[in-house]
Amino acid sequence: MKQEKAKKYGMAIDLDKCTGCGSCMVACMAENNVPFREDESDKLLSIAWMRVYKLTNGKPFPDTEICYFPRPCMHCEGDHGHSPCVSVCPATATDYSTETGIVSQIYTRCFGCRYCMAACPYHVRLFNWWDPVWPDGMEKSLSPNVSVRMRGVVEKCSFCFHRYQLATDRAHFEDRKELEEDEYQTACTQACPAGAITFGDLNNPKHAVSQMVKPDHKHGGKPKNPKAFRLLERLGTNPKVYYLSSREWVRRSGDNYLKNEAK
Amino acid sequence: MKIDRRSFLSFVIGGAAGTALSPLPWKLTDDSAIWTQAWPWTPVPTDGEASYVNSICSLCPGGCGITARKIDNRVVKIEGMKGHPVNDGGICVLGLSGTQLLYGPMRVKAPLKKVNGRFRQISWDAAIAEISNKLGELRSKGESNKFACISGTDRGTVSELLSRFLTVYGSANFTRTPSIQDSYELTLHLMQGVQGITGFDVENADFVLSFGSGIIDGWGSPVRMFKANSSWKNAGGKVVQIEPRLSNTAAKSDKWIPINPGTEGALALGLANVIIKESIYNTSFVNNYSAGFDKWKRHILDGYSPEIVTKVTGIDKAVIVSLARDFAGSKKPLAICGRGQGRTPGSLKEFMAVHALNALVGNINKKGGVWNLPEPDYINWTELKMDSVASTGIQKGRVDGAGIEKYLHARYLLNRLPEIINSADVSPIEVLFVSESNPGYTMPDTSSVKKAFEKIPFVVSFSSYMDETAQMADFILPNHIYLERYEDVPVATGFQKPIIGLSKPVVDPQFNTKYTGDVIIHLAKSMGGFIADAFPWENYEACLKETLGDRWDKLVENGYWIEPEFTAPGWKEGFQTASTRFEFTSDDINSLSRYAPVKPEGDKASFDLVLIPYDSMRLAGGFIGDPPFVIKTVEDTVLKGKDILVEINPATAGKLGLSEGRYAKLTTPKGSAKVKVHLFDGIMPGIVAMPSGLGHTAYDKFLAGKGININQLIGPVEDSSSGHDAAWGINAKLVKA
Repeated sequence: MKQEKAKKYGMAIDLDKCTGCGSCMVACMAENNVPFREDESDKLLSIAWMRVYKLTNGKPFPDTEICYFPRPCMHCEGDHGHSPCVSVCPATATDYSTETGIVSQIYTRCFGCRYCMAACPYHVRLFNWWDPVWPDGMEKSLSPNVSVRMRGVVEKCSFCFHRYQLATDRAHFEDRKELEEDEYQTACTQACPAGAITFGDLNNPKHAVSQMVKPDHKHGGKPKNPKAFRLLERLGTNPKVYYLSSREWVRRSGDNYLKNEAK
Repeated sequence: MKIDRRSFLSFVIGGAAGTALSPLPWKLTDDSAIWTQAWPWTPVPTDGEASYVNSICSLCPGGCGITARKIDNRVVKIEGMKGHPVNDGGICVLGLSGTQLLYGPMRVKAPLKKVNGRFRQISWDAAIAEISNKLGELRSKGESNKFACISGTDRGTVSELLSRFLTVYGSANFTRTPSIQDSYELTLHLMQGVQGITGFDVENADFVLSFGSGIIDGWGSPVRMFKANSSWKNAGGKVVQIEPRLSNTAAKSDKWIPINPGTEGALALGLANVIIKESIYNTSFVNNYSAGFDKWKRHILDGYSPEIVTKVTGIDKAVIVSLARDFAGSKKPLAICGRGQGRTPGSLKEFMAVHALNALVGNINKKGGVWNLPEPDYINWTELKMDSVASTGIQKGRVDGAGIEKYLHARYLLNRLPEIINSADVSPIEVLFVSESNPGYTMPDTSSVKKAFEKIPFVVSFSSYMDETAQMADFILPNHIYLERYEDVPVATGFQKPIIGLSKPVVDPQFNTKYTGDVIIHLAKSMGGFIADAFPWENYEACLKETLGDRWDKLVENGYWIEPEFTAPGWKEGFQTASTRFEFTSDDINSLSRYAPVKPEGDKASFDLVLIPYDSMRLAGGFIGDPPFVIKTVEDTVLKGKDILVEINPATAGKLGLSEGRYAKLTTPKGSAKVKVHLFDGIMPGIVAMPSGLGHTAYDKFLAGKGININQLIGPVEDSSSGHDAAWGINAKLVKA
């Protein structure tokens, strides 16, 4: 079903509220049939679509500060309509949807060249080096809404696209053209016990997410809210994931600056 | 046709361009992806009808509502229940991993009996008959008091059935696993004269002073505390966190005040000193509804001036004074204690000192304050009839000494049990039941706990999971897990309103398991006499339904029952002490004797550092261990491969010649372990912090054998006022390995 107006689904994460509890990570794993192995402590190999990083301000005791930083796929739009990963994929396994603003990943098309992983500035893409194995009986916990990925393909956060599909199916069935804001929410947003994640349509000024970050659509969606920032803003990838923090050092850690460069 | 250079090149280039423009290369790459990746062994989850079932999670005492998403008969996801008064849609990592606990390899799949050190399957009837024989034998010897039970809680029908069984059998040795509940209960008892539950109206507080409580590290009902934390951020509420390490709670607080570990109680009294000296306390409460203030005031003014407290706590005098002013000057200040997730009861005097701060600002039983909730009263079973064996057995008292002499006020003292058993020639306990708890992992000084368990001849575990205690048991009679059973969840820890939850079977039992309640009822029936008479129900479900009475239908429908209009008893009616007022002092425990911080075990000469545990939401340190998803979220600065990383300040590391990721040997008076070092600026120099929740030897390959169980390195320290475990750490030594 095509909705009336093009959507630009995006996310705002309030870092002041995020407690680093990890619920978003596990909600995502459980929702998306993410596999697990005996040793997951090598984080370069560990598959987690949503990963919570721990930042510190680098100051010694007792002036040390910590900030937790959840990182899903940024679903970049790119200044010229190209997400870094989409433009390099030789198999058209990943694509940018102008209808939803979501960067897709089609596992059966992917042949594992991992160009996209090299191209992604956010390390959101992960490679299946092994076949996924569930201990006997545990396959029962797998959801039929998300296909299980096989060895040799790249996977990443889809903004729970299957939830969008389910919601649009329902809307279609009920003869509606538009989705309500709460009809389509990602698993991490829903689970976050601190209410730190807000998800919705950035094109819709009524949605909480656009009210929070105030995207400037003339400038690639750059946030007008001074508390809000995006990761590596200056790369021009125009991520659709926004972060909010009241702390200057946290906002500054979202990009790379020269030593004495003023923001 | 003549083939010249020109036509040859045209043909090749044209062919290449033509092929490239045709769908062929794209079709081939696509096909190769399909041919090489659509393996038959990659599972394809079967589709089916989706449905949702509401229930209550009982993986921790938080009492959250959950919604299970099902596809036909499978549970594929656990989510937070929208609109539930405790968690309203939010859910923690452990709750989210429920499906892994349901279908995972850590389950005990059938009743087991240990024969020659190995578990063999046994039928339910045979197992119950053997246990019933053993209990009958013990009873006929007149040694009914040698039967004991360790339960994760003493509330709700299952633990009531267990303790009723022990009582009518003739034993007073029903024991609950320790937590800050013990200390808060005693605090309410001594200062307010009530036997009840502490509730914290955190949502309405505007200044939270936390003495090391892990507000967002799992203290209280975790999801509710996360929500409260966010509501403070929205409404401008302040949090001040006092602890030696920059925990997540400290990191998210408005002010983190590092303190010498173990001296939190002294700081509370120092703050009271400033509040009294500057007369900024709530005079209406103190003058009209409290007793013993003058006596207490002298004691505080004499002994706890900021100058003295600075020396003990290491906190600057100016910080103490301004903190006291900020606290007393707030509209709804709230002081809470119990370190980390609150699994160790702690020092009673420290709890009373913190509670006295709440009294000084008059926020007892007030909006935004500490409330006193009545114990749940829905379990009203018929009066027990006991035979002479039973009454003689009960009169012999408790093995752990709780309730008499020195330990008059304590109800359960599980922490004393291992030593009592180990120092006796013959174990004073011959048969032990263990339900919904894992003392073999969670109790301090694991090796002595293990020794004690080995000395108990007959141990029965009701665990659904192959945990450390189950491994040591002689019989495992696996209970259904919370997703397969009906069970009342009588309290949500720290919640300010009476609430009863009902866990419902979301799916049929997956394995050959049985309600613990049913096992008890069968056991009682097979033993006959008054014991059988005490359990008139056909089975556990009938018992539960009858007990909950009118509430049953609503509970089944909603998953919970709440008293929404409940408010705490006022200052006039709230105190049932002899004076009918709030008591600042208690003669019972000689509370005016000098407060001394609990000393960690070990001498400073050989152990120059201090080891403290820390709690994290991503490491379940209680009865349930981390399921695979949760252990996956643990950072590589906490666990790397099989190695645990301990945190130390870079300055301390420099002195010891240690650098990031280096192996070191950590030694305490209780034992030693090989660890890796993680340098962390957010920790006081001289302190080593180790996460709790690792070092399991049981469960599954995803959890077992990773890291060190901190309980191997820390022993219990008995609190002189209550007898409970008050250890907050231990002296330690760290050397290069």
